Amino acid sequence: MLSPVIDPEGAPFWRYAAQGELRVQACADCGELRFPPRPCCPHCRSFGIEWRPVSGHGRVWSYVVPHPPLLPDYAERAPYNVIVVELVEAPHIRLVGNLVTGPGAPIDSLPAERIRIGARVRFVADPASGLPQWVPERS
Amino acid sequence: MAGIKDATAIVGIGQTAFAKQLAEDERTLACRAVVAALDDAGIDPGEVDALASFTMEETDEVELAKAVGFGDLTFFSRVGYGGGGSCATVAHLATAIAAGQATVGVAWRSRKRGSGPRPWRNTVAQLPTPAQWTRPYGLLRPVDEIAMLTRRYMHEYGATRDHLFNVALACRNRANQNPAAVMYDRPLTREMYMTSRWISEPLCLFDNCLETDGALACVVVSRERARDCRRPPVYVHSAAQGLPAQHHGMVNYWNDDPLTGPSWATARHLWKHADFTPEDVDVAQIYDAFTALIPLSLEGYGFCGRGEGGAFTEQGALESGGRLPINTGGGGLSEAYVHGFNLINEGVKQLRGSSTAQVPGAATCLVTAGEGVPTSALLLTNRS
Ligand SMILES: [Zn+2]
Repeated sequence: MLSPVIDPEGAPFWRYAAQGELRVQACADCGELRFPPRPCCPHCRSFGIEWRPVSGHGRVWSYVVPHPPLLPDYAERAPYNVIVVELVEAPHIRLVGNLVTGPGAPIDSLPAERIRIGARVRFVADPASGLPQWVPERS
Repeated sequence: MAGIKDATAIVGIGQTAFAKQLAEDERTLACRAVVAALDDAGIDPGEVDALASFTMEETDEVELAKAVGFGDLTFFSRVGYGGGGSCATVAHLATAIAAGQATVGVAWRSRKRGSGPRPWRNTVAQLPTPAQWTRPYGLLRPVDEIAMLTRRYMHEYGATRDHLFNVALACRNRANQNPAAVMYDRPLTREMYMTSRWISEPLCLFDNCLETDGALACVVVSRERARDCRRPPVYVHSAAQGLPAQHHGMVNYWNDDPLTGPSWATARHLWKHADFTPEDVDVAQIYDAFTALIPLSLEGYGFCGRGEGGAFTEQGALESGGRLPINTGGGGLSEAYVHGFNLINEGVKQLRGSSTAQVPGAATCLVTAGEGVPTSALLLTNRS
């Protein structure tokens, strides 16, 4: 599986995620959240940055189910799902990820038929890779 | 300010054969297309002083100039963002020639996408920002990225797979009339579409463009010079590029309205400088790497309202004799996928009256580059 090729702006996201914490870059001056991370605030042009914890609750904004041809590691798991999650506290902050049955479960663990746009999901960290994953919210 | 309206014209077009695999290399194919376009125009290669192509083009200016025998070049530019750059190559030449920086410009694209590697397999090139946010999760290919927007579009506006099929069918029907098209002798049915294999749900095989070897070129000169050329001029009436605020490329998931793509910003500039409106467009060549780009583009360029792009495709609207015939050579879905350059040349053929699916009396044509990436578009006309 591909690992994220991390740039300086994005590094804190991955560091926090590996610790089981979901944080989003925010402007230290005007407070606006932004994603993906970048050096400067597009609202007030401040270079001040902070990493704000978010609840990790979100909703499925959209999803796809890739089929081959794919890179070999992914072809082995296909069909699997990829989702875009919008965060409940900031719907314009959307994160790409996989909806899985539990922390550390593979990307094809949850059948695509069970995914719906608007479904409530929750952030977990993959204990092996440290990457964010998403699990269905118990309703 | 004079601007570039009708100041320049496309006077020559050239192309190689299109196929899944051609024997010659990209450089040779580029030379063949360029030589053919200049011959079509009746202009000696020694008169060429301007070039424009894509940043992804592998044959560079030096190679092309020394092989084909150009004169001294005084303007050469490259446009980024893959298929978003197609129309911008002509736009850059038109702007340079109108401003007096050059007199004879050639734009071209040569690509062995049919027999060469799939770009997304190069994970080193693909992985830097913003791919770190998407690719580890298996969102690997352009089709996956656009399928994500497509699913949301279908959910929000009620577009259906039948709407996407209407797009695929219109392109295939036109290809079936075009002997140069890769899919010339391969009709498409609804049954074939609905039972084909998935590539990235909700997009199936027939929602994806072809993988083609081939090359194309066109020649741009001033309107004065165009009168002396071999073919009737096709004027560059309006041209625009568009990179909208807070746009993120094909993974445009991080702004207030991800379904408002670069075509909207491009269209605003395009129409602002035009003497006609979407209602006056006789035929359109709309970038179709994926079927879903057509409804999104129809909305962006003002042919229908927001969310109406799916419904617009109904009742044969995109077919010959329909409300807006599109991709009359077969497009990227069924003629050839050469980063949209065949759409430019097909626009020229329509306005010369020489298309294999000619729209009777066509006088105006919209040509667009890839929606979903920083893009570009042209309004062409044979009236001036
Ligand atoms: Zn700020």
